[in-house]
Amino acid sequence: MDGFLHPFQYAFFQHGMAAAVMAGALCGLIGVFITLRGMSYIGHGLSHAIFGGFAAAPLFGVNVLLGAGIWGLASALAINGVTRRRKIGADAAIGVITTASFALGVALLTKFGNKGKSFDAALFGSILGVQTSDLVLLAVALVLSVTVFTVLYRRFLFATFDPEVADVSGVNVKRMDALLMAILSLSVLATLTIIGVTLVAATLVIPAVVARMLTDSFSRMLWISSLLGAVCGGVGMYASYDLNIPSGTTIVLVNAAVFVLVLAVTGGRQLRRTAGMDDHVDVPATAPAAV
Amino acid sequence: MSLVDVRGVTFGYGGAPALRDVTFTVQPGQFTGIVGPSGSGKTSLLKVLLGTVKPQHGTVTRSSGTAVSYVPQLETVNWNFPVTVAECVLMSRATKRLSPFATREEKADVGQVLERLGIAELGRRHIRELSGGQQQRMFIARALVRRPQLLLMDEPTSGVDVATRHEVLHLLGDLNEDGLAIVLTTHDLNGMASHLPHLVALQQRVIAAGTPREVIVPDVLERVFGARMEVLMHLGMPVVVDAGALGAA
Repeated sequence: MDGFLHPFQYAFFQHGMAAAVMAGALCGLIGVFITLRGMSYIGHGLSHAIFGGFAAAPLFGVNVLLGAGIWGLASALAINGVTRRRKIGADAAIGVITTASFALGVALLTKFGNKGKSFDAALFGSILGVQTSDLVLLAVALVLSVTVFTVLYRRFLFATFDPEVADVSGVNVKRMDALLMAILSLSVLATLTIIGVTLVAATLVIPAVVARMLTDSFSRMLWISSLLGAVCGGVGMYASYDLNIPSGTTIVLVNAAVFVLVLAVTGGRQLRRTAGMDDHVDVPATAPAAV
Repeated sequence: MSLVDVRGVTFGYGGAPALRDVTFTVQPGQFTGIVGPSGSGKTSLLKVLLGTVKPQHGTVTRSSGTAVSYVPQLETVNWNFPVTVAECVLMSRATKRLSPFATREEKADVGQVLERLGIAELGRRHIRELSGGQQQRMFIARALVRRPQLLLMDEPTSGVDVATRHEVLHLLGDLNEDGLAIVLTTHDLNGMASHLPHLVALQQRVIAAGTPREVIVPDVLERVFGARMEVLMHLGMPVVVDAGALGAA
């Protein structure tokens, strides 16, 4: 097998490619809701918070994914709890809790060494070491997300556009927000090996922003963002192998290149569409919907 | 039988009272404007009527089966959000089906309401492309798709021009004539309130309730807005002189 297809002869690359495509599609899909609700910072913070669990779990003999998942969920609930009391703003709560969690993870790894997955892989993603269990987790997260967003499409659309009126129209906005947060946590966890905690926020945001620049339709935005995320994931993974650079880095760079390309082609005309993507949300998704 | 009955309600945020011992009833077919300055409790009273907040004291009784729709302030909406007018109106059916696709019946319902409000040709337009009056019509259409008996509106004419204010006022008048009960908040005494059949002047408590002639009088305005204002009669309507003094409201 020569040329372009050469790396596909290796099982590790096949695994890496499958994981990158699924991770890209997953982040692209969720990214639409995250960006339109002005939750980009939550995605960024949550990925850092999960890193604390990633570092701590092996020290307690707990499965890394399980430990990181529980840690991430606890962080999300802590952010929610602090914000609900409205003593400090959501951005401040995220800044304190998630960076503290990230710092704790670094401290634990420095003090006790790495007993689980690669430190660098968790930070920046890696083409190597994608296990079958990682692929299964990604597939589960993707199928679950597609199912939830399809079945509850109308509720999520209403809660994203106008949470105030959705709430009084019978949509349980708090439940929708909690569900979105849970899916986001699962997705960050599932993509941790491929994209890395420091870069996952970009894969949540860039495909959705590019999709917004290309369409005025919410449903088309979901399709475009997911497909774009998947393509960028695949191309980024191939570049990672070819250039011997961490996969998270190349995936994000491909995403960024697409953004610049679309911006150049549209001449910035459509950039204004993204201007109000977070106009009406100043609290995290799990905060109570006020009227 | 009343649609909503508010009895002796006291409500506040973190110890600061927004409403004190408020009693207020909404009858079928009623058209009421709640007037008062910022911080007078107008929006809090709407929340009480909607049932989204629990009063600390008093009771709120809603007649069983009463469907209530709510229209928010235009300023609170992200007009860049990627939806068309028809998609926005269809949101009112969010809890009816688990499928993302609209049924033929739902499309017909949306088309019918848009037709009734005179914006049928705008169904496929992006919401950003609408004028102020069209935006208000779209939200009223979304509210009507739920077939409510009571429509609650928060400052429907805030930030719109005079022509749009008249347009909205006439539209609401027509809907009310068809039997829809409407309660709206406004701080616009001359442009909006004086044209409504029934007013409630609010300053944490209900200061006065009745027709514009009964409510828009200097004594009531002074207690509500904290400033003495002159009221003249023009073509049978009370007109507050030096409305600029109400700018803060």
